[in-house]
Amino acid sequence: MTQLSQSGRRFFTVREISGPLLLVETVSGVGFGELVEVLTPNNEERTGQVIDVSETVTIIQVFEGTSDLDVKKTSVRFTGETIKLPVSMDMLGRIFKGGGKLADGGPEIIPEDYWDIHGAPINPYSRAHPTEFIQTGISVIDCMNPLVRGQKLPLFSGTGLPHKLLASQIVKQAEVKGEQEAFTIVFAAMGVTADEARFFKEDFTKMGVLSRVVMFVNLAEDPAIERIITPRMALTAAEYLAFEQDMQVLAILIDMTNYCEALREISAARVEIPGRRGYPGYMYTDLASIYERAGRIHGKKGTVTQMPILTMPDDDITHPIPDLTGYITEGQIILDRGMYKRGLYPPIDPLPSLSRLMDKGIGTGKTREDHKQLSDQLYYAYAEGKLLRETALVSGEAALTSVDKLYLQFIDRFEAEFISQNVDEDRDIEETLDLGWELLSILPESEFARIDPDIIKKYHPQYRQRSLDNSHVS
Amino acid sequence: MSKAGTIFRVAGPFLLAKGMIGSRMYELVTTGEAGVIGEIIRLEGETAAIQAYEETAGIKPGEKVVGTGKPLSVELGPGLMGQIYDGIQRPLTSLEKLVGSRIQRGVIPPALDQKKKWHFQPAAKKGAKIIGGDTIGIVQETSLVKHSILVPPRINNGTVERIISENEVTVTDPLAEIRTEGGLEELHLMHTWPVRRPRPYKSMLPTDVPLLTGQRIIDAFFPLAKGGTATIPGGFGTGKTVMLQTLAQWADADIVILVGCGERGNEMADVVEKLPRLKDFRSGQPLMNRTIIIANTSDMPIAAREASIYTAISLAEYYRDMGYNVALMADSTSRWAEALREISGRLEEMPGEEGYPAYLPSRLADFYSRAGRVKTLGSEERIGSITAIGAVSPAGGDFSEPVTGGTLRITKVFWALDFALAHRRHFPAINWFMSYSEYMHTLEMWYETIGSNWVKLREEAMSLLKEEEELREIASLMGAEILGDKQRCVFEVAKMLKEYFLLQSALHPIDMNCPLKKTYQMLHLILKFYDKARQALESGVTLAEILSLNVKEDLARMKIIRPEEFDETNSKINRSLDEQFDQLAKQSTGGKPA
Repeated sequence: MTQLSQSGRRFFTVREISGPLLLVETVSGVGFGELVEVLTPNNEERTGQVIDVSETVTIIQVFEGTSDLDVKKTSVRFTGETIKLPVSMDMLGRIFKGGGKLADGGPEIIPEDYWDIHGAPINPYSRAHPTEFIQTGISVIDCMNPLVRGQKLPLFSGTGLPHKLLASQIVKQAEVKGEQEAFTIVFAAMGVTADEARFFKEDFTKMGVLSRVVMFVNLAEDPAIERIITPRMALTAAEYLAFEQDMQVLAILIDMTNYCEALREISAARVEIPGRRGYPGYMYTDLASIYERAGRIHGKKGTVTQMPILTMPDDDITHPIPDLTGYITEGQIILDRGMYKRGLYPPIDPLPSLSRLMDKGIGTGKTREDHKQLSDQLYYAYAEGKLLRETALVSGEAALTSVDKLYLQFIDRFEAEFISQNVDEDRDIEETLDLGWELLSILPESEFARIDPDIIKKYHPQYRQRSLDNSHVS
Repeated sequence: MSKAGTIFRVAGPFLLAKGMIGSRMYELVTTGEAGVIGEIIRLEGETAAIQAYEETAGIKPGEKVVGTGKPLSVELGPGLMGQIYDGIQRPLTSLEKLVGSRIQRGVIPPALDQKKKWHFQPAAKKGAKIIGGDTIGIVQETSLVKHSILVPPRINNGTVERIISENEVTVTDPLAEIRTEGGLEELHLMHTWPVRRPRPYKSMLPTDVPLLTGQRIIDAFFPLAKGGTATIPGGFGTGKTVMLQTLAQWADADIVILVGCGERGNEMADVVEKLPRLKDFRSGQPLMNRTIIIANTSDMPIAAREASIYTAISLAEYYRDMGYNVALMADSTSRWAEALREISGRLEEMPGEEGYPAYLPSRLADFYSRAGRVKTLGSEERIGSITAIGAVSPAGGDFSEPVTGGTLRITKVFWALDFALAHRRHFPAINWFMSYSEYMHTLEMWYETIGSNWVKLREEAMSLLKEEEELREIASLMGAEILGDKQRCVFEVAKMLKEYFLLQSALHPIDMNCPLKKTYQMLHLILKFYDKARQALESGVTLAEILSLNVKEDLARMKIIRPEEFDETNSKINRSLDEQFDQLAKQSTGGKPA
């Protein structure tokens, strides 16, 4: 028994409006997930989606919000289609609203195709594992938590921390060594202020990269519910550019905290049983449906790399938003308020930061053979130094052994010279690694339990100097 | 065969249908024009609640639901090894061939290759009396797995009426006919089994044989038994996934089943790319020849995620019944529990703690109680085991949350992964104070066969670590200068124990696997150093002198010495220890004669 779709006809059957949701009497032939056009009493057109359908009631979430809607004069039209994004190379250099409409006043885009914004899950067997090192030119990222193509690596930040500056520096400097091709940027802003949106736009213009940026912007004053589709629109554009047009795409999603709050709003409006802190129990699955759209696929040249940015409420990393994000993404880069207060930029705390795909992207032929072991040893030294710094605070430096004091010297210089760098400083990976060795050589060699003796002989500044001298002699 | 019903509500992965008279709980149904498959999870009069294993977009009220009359089942037979399945046993390789790199719905390729011919060697004769679990023949499934074709458990008293001779057969070709009380039954290489029903066995055996893992901290301090259960809880970034992969490679199990349940796509891609390149450490054959992967990543439908661990453990039970030791690793059971929670929420069930359904603990218990070391069915004496290792991802790193708490109450080994250790890049980041193994006592007898003082060594090492912890607290309050050489010695040797013994690289070609004998010898040598050092301090030697001994370097390098050369190293270091400490003693007494 197939039923004819009622597409094209308008229905004045709205029964109830609750938060961002519209409860409408069901007309036959409405399918789950279907795109709905909602006409306001003033004949303004909005977009909605069926999120629950029974024989009697259909629940529609309205992406542009429900203000001005009423029960009597508002009408709905079912399209029989899922939500699709018109895609084309013309998207490059354009700015869209969070709901997918153009926002830059330019001409309409002539679509080459229409892509479902929800995407289908990638068969894990068809995925290629990310292995190409992206050089960001930022030492603490490149050496300690390197990014690779196809990875999803979020920035965990807090209110007032310089994540925008950092994101923009990464956009400017990111490159795969030995390849000429620059990244294409897909930028999705959810609930950001007009100021922030302007910051990025101006920055992209200044860098001269605007022509390879696609922006989707949902501002703080735009309806919260629109944020549900903004990242999905953006990632659909990213997938089109990567997997259809063979481009290397970096997708920046800012701020995922606003996205999650919109999710909670809908869940509350639907009177669902809440999970932790009022966020819906399906938030993990929902976030996964966004983050998992990063990756590489066998046989395709393009890749989608994601850098979601989120502000941790109250700097709390155990809050459900950073917590669930961290469980899905391949590591995290954490901005630390204490370091920021001490004037360090970028204030990235290497200890809790992590890049899970690091081992695949570094080493011989990619960065350098000593990269992994050096970074492990730096990690240990930094952790040890921090511990000793606390001890010294409590019981004075007299309580420290001579080696302990070297550790203190090490972390002071490590923070000042290795972690810190200028906003426009672009360090080569070789430079970063050499700097790491130089600082590490403050410590006695017997402390290097994480480095093979052969590697020490080859890269420790002491031996390198000597071998240089020897080569002069011969 | 049940009749067709009609959909009257669609909400996400959850459907309601009416007119479902005659349907059974957990019956598999197909829905709508797209043929989306789902499972009945609640029945109320004529109404059935259905969880869909595939995307439900576009399904409309009024569409048909057809029952298959069967519960969700797995296909068991040759061809499972080396496969990569999703949560409901759809082979991902075939899916890629059929529909490309993205998963489409309504496509259900058979789990086992229907065309492949297997070389069947009969093991039963015409006229023989057989019962469930008996072997009617053998197929060499891969270079590492000899696949016994078992009589399905439901046959408890039969006679072989007919059996084919040695031949090439497909999984559905008839092999034999069995005369039972209910009539003639035809047997094939393949049979099906409902995933939610545990496969029966004869009796449960004590867990007194260890599952060695090649990981020093586990084998020495927190051992796991064959047929045991273990939990790896760890916040994100503590090395949980690397550890499971290391265990998959080095645990001395015959068969490994890896379940990626609601985890990252890129991680599964890594496993899928890496495993085929890895070699089985005993035979040098590809590891995939004894491995099955179940991959249901976080962006794949949640109902299939819920089913994935049952699918996995049913496959494990099947190989256990052939007499194999199976290790099953599930990453992560928290994602499985979240799927339960999501489905329960949609069913509008009364929630328990943190929104999880009240039946979460009993579902966890159902799963883990399918592990164990058993005498299998059949007239032949066979012992098989399933060791279940479940990773949990505690929300916010909080071990008291319901999934971690519920799991800890059931499982016997706890490897607590620790942020602080991971931040220092101390891997495996297993915290030695928080972890425990309840198998320590049952395994004691076995361990004593390796070295008679195992238990003593272990206790000595643990108390050394404990002592260091206490001293560290004192020192951080009062300053390190109040510590004398004796206490500093505790610090130094504890550091050696951590750095030279507990720290183990999962990437270093030699260090990644440490056989038990080497583990024992290493531990023994470090503690011997401690013993000697204490004696030397008593006799007036300074700590600085002790720490400058060459033998310390030898101890540092033990982990990168090949296991096959380690006996020699062991005796060399033993000798050096004796000589160098004797030398020290002579010097100090030589200076000022007694």
